[in-house]
Amino acid sequence: MLDVRLYLAQRLSAMLMVPLVLGHLVVMTYAIRGGLTTAQILARTRGSVFFMLFYGLFALAVSVHAAIGLRVILHETARVTGVWLTAFTVVAGIGLLLLGEHAVLVVTWP
Amino acid sequence: MSEHGAHIDVTIRRGTGASGWFQTYRVPRQENQTVLDVVSWIQQYADPTLSYRFACRVGMCGSCSMMVNGQPRWTCRTHVSKVLQSNSVRIEPIRNLPVINDLVTDMDPFFDKWVRAGGVHHPTRTRKDAIEAIDPGSAARVEIDARIECINCGVCYAACDTVAANPGFLGPAALQRAWTLVNDPKDGARQQILDAVSGKGGCHNCHSMGNCTRYCPTDLNPLAAIAGLKRETVRSLWGKRKNA
Repeated sequence: MLDVRLYLAQRLSAMLMVPLVLGHLVVMTYAIRGGLTTAQILARTRGSVFFMLFYGLFALAVSVHAAIGLRVILHETARVTGVWLTAFTVVAGIGLLLLGEHAVLVVTWP
Repeated sequence: MSEHGAHIDVTIRRGTGASGWFQTYRVPRQENQTVLDVVSWIQQYADPTLSYRFACRVGMCGSCSMMVNGQPRWTCRTHVSKVLQSNSVRIEPIRNLPVINDLVTDMDPFFDKWVRAGGVHHPTRTRKDAIEAIDPGSAARVEIDARIECINCGVCYAACDTVAANPGFLGPAALQRAWTLVNDPKDGARQQILDAVSGKGGCHNCHSMGNCTRYCPTDLNPLAAIAGLKRETVRSLWGKRKNA
């Protein structure tokens, strides 16, 4: 149940996520292989505008991409349509965005 | 005669609408025998109440499509020897369409979607004008050439899992038809067609699984046509018309 705008939003968010996922993998590899403690990781992320923007944008892209994907799954598996499908998409998108941005702020707020 | 024996067991889905049952017939095995031959033999010699649809018998009319062992096929060009499993074959009406009776489906939803996808000719000239000259070697014409060989058999529509999950989806055949008109310089409603395939149920619902292309009996590629529509609709949305 996609029109061209939702299709485009999902593709653009996917394109945005490609470098962000690669960057995230680099960060994760550095943190784990370097054997950083939680305190050492937080010391690097708290107050960092870069990490705030990097993961803030990541959470936004994921929220858009996943909400549209979940919309398609719900429609094709449960045949949900109309206002209920729109409501689910909006709630899923906003819910993911709030959860994601909250997590980003917790580790990047000074 | 087959090494399996002089007969084959043919199981056919019978009945009207959603209610149906399976009935098995024993049919004489011939060395050169299509699935349509088998169905015709049953109707002529075993059970005259069996309903099925066919016309040309040579793969041109597209009316004899059925599910054969769970896969959509044009039965007049499908040899029994290629689909036989343990000396038996199972035949059902094509998927994703309402069953009228036995092997006959209601094709209206299929063709209604051709119209919804803008798949009717939108003339640019009247009968009083000269016929527009088309360069047969032009890229647009070459893109159209293969696709107009579609025989409207519904095999791609039956093979499409997206249609099965999302009945509002226009389906591969209607979208491929729309793609031929988008590329046709003699069609005067390019934007109208792009708008028609951009709404709910349009080309963007395709998951690119490719069953349409895999099962098309005439080796067409609806998947590529849908990919073309996706590109053009996005370009159109951003105001970058191909011919601008």
